[in-house]
Amino acid sequence: MVSITQSKDHPVNGAPRSRMARILDSDLFYSFRRSPVAVVSAVITLAYFLTAGLAPWLAPYDPFNAASLDLMDAFTAPAWTAEGDSRFLLGTDDQGRDILSTLIYGGRISLIVGFAAVAFSIILGVGVGILAGYVSGWVETVIMRIADVQLTIPAILIALMVDGVARSALPLEMREDMAIYVLIFSIGISDWPRYARVTRGATLVERNKEYIQAARIIGIHPVTIMLRHVLPNVMGPVLVLGTIGLALAVITEATLSFLGVGVPPTTPSLGTLIRIGNNFLFSGEWWITLFPAVALVVLVLAVNLLGDWLRDALNPKLR
Amino acid sequence: MLAYVIQRVFQSLLVMVVVAFAAFIVFNFVGDPVDNMLGQETSAEEREELRKDLGLDDPFIVQFGRFVTNAVHGEFGISYRLQRPVADLIAERMPATLELVALSAVLALVFGVPLGVFTGINRSSWISQLILIVSLVGVSLPTFVIGILLIYIFAVNMGVLPSFGRGGVVEIGWWSTSFLTVAGWQAIILPAVTLSLFQMTLILRLVRSEMLEVMRTDYIKFARARGLTDRAVNFGHALRNTLVPVITIVGLNIGSLVAFSIITETVFQWPGMGFLFIQAVGFADVPVMAAYLVMIAFVFVMINLIVDLLYFVVDPRLRADKAVAAGN
Repeated sequence: MVSITQSKDHPVNGAPRSRMARILDSDLFYSFRRSPVAVVSAVITLAYFLTAGLAPWLAPYDPFNAASLDLMDAFTAPAWTAEGDSRFLLGTDDQGRDILSTLIYGGRISLIVGFAAVAFSIILGVGVGILAGYVSGWVETVIMRIADVQLTIPAILIALMVDGVARSALPLEMREDMAIYVLIFSIGISDWPRYARVTRGATLVERNKEYIQAARIIGIHPVTIMLRHVLPNVMGPVLVLGTIGLALAVITEATLSFLGVGVPPTTPSLGTLIRIGNNFLFSGEWWITLFPAVALVVLVLAVNLLGDWLRDALNPKLR
Repeated sequence: MLAYVIQRVFQSLLVMVVVAFAAFIVFNFVGDPVDNMLGQETSAEEREELRKDLGLDDPFIVQFGRFVTNAVHGEFGISYRLQRPVADLIAERMPATLELVALSAVLALVFGVPLGVFTGINRSSWISQLILIVSLVGVSLPTFVIGILLIYIFAVNMGVLPSFGRGGVVEIGWWSTSFLTVAGWQAIILPAVTLSLFQMTLILRLVRSEMLEVMRTDYIKFARARGLTDRAVNFGHALRNTLVPVITIVGLNIGSLVAFSIITETVFQWPGMGFLFIQAVGFADVPVMAAYLVMIAFVFVMINLIVDLLYFVVDPRLRADKAVAAGN
């Protein structure tokens, strides 16, 4: 089948197909179209990203602009209830902030932190993983022992510890401003061993293939071999891990923020919003905590399902 | 055998020393302990005196040695926030956390294993499908969201269970238990369920996949051919053979129950070690953080060591492999 489509797209003169056409014709896209769960979760994930990117234009209010807040609007119920106000679709919180707007901005911060943390994990984990697999010897032993030890401890605990230590290391007046970077660092550092393990395994396989030996023989620098030749060939499994890792990172961020050691309340993420809303659960203002919680769970579920599908789709044994 | 045990014990000790070193670095170099203990109005001489009393002018390695000695004796200094010895604080809070973790582990096993067996045997029934979908949602729900949800349903709406604290406790020596009063049981139900849900889904899925695998083996077919009852085949033969990996996972996951109890305890204001730790992080209360770090590392190292050694006892193949590898 492949040969037929290729002969159609590659006429006699052999003109390359456009990149888009190649993507649309790939096995991966075929499997994607065939899986309704994957399509739905991809659409939801994409919607989250678009909303996050277009937050200033989509949000009805700017929740961080103190001038636009009116305490008289505080604790307004969602618009469809009896005490609702049509100006605030999902109601308002204790400071009179529009819940829908804080959700849009909060989701943006959750995604930014999650994404940055995963990127940090991948760079660190894939870097030392390739190094361990390619160089071997004592370097490999040391790196993989550290990874093994860290893997026995739950990631959330590592993130909490690193976060706690880093916060107490910072001077008091910098803690608020640096909180988001500390958070990215601690979540990122908590998850690198998974990437290191997978990358090392894949590198060990690639290292003995002929193209690597050929590259070595013609005298290419080892660093160049690792970056230009090994790296592209180990990225498949790393992408799968990274997708599921994004869901994990978003959960970890929300958890730390909920525990009050994440992003500061001035720039709330979904976790911070749930924490704030939790204080008003008993007085009956359920909407302040319910909507951020739903937003968080839907995002995590969609990304998880997408990761599950990607893992199966890229697994040659299941084809 | 002996060499293997010694090697594993040595590795565990090494990990503990590294963790203790990390805790020591944090303890000593994150903020000046003297500044943390004294107010603004103390004179320079008084500062020097306290510094000498605390042994902070000793060489680095001497200080580290003293830290380790104290840690082994369970002494981690005075909490900045509560002005009380950290050892006392932890001894006071430990029963609450351990009871919560123990009840959660029991709940996860009591519900996880039978549900896993059921879904493994009746794999295509709609009830199994429903259980699996619910368990997938359960994995995606962060622990604290589950906690809030349970509080909202059972404490706010129905008003049948308390949402914070331990209810009534009974002191037995230094141990305070919630298991002897009705109020204590009512208070522990929601946190324990919250903490156990994730482990429950994990055990459910593990038992299910192990059952599916075992059901395909020849000895199960043979057992059926012999005309044994379904009950004997499913529980006597199939389940028993799935239990080794389940026990391993449960053992290893006691550690993550302790870790996740931090979140559960915060949601339910449960007066355990996790809640103490979170408050310490918020206030940069370094002695408490260092003590918790060393303790939790100790718990994890011990669990891993025990599980490794148990493997050795349970699985004869491992012993044979080791002997071959060692050249005997």
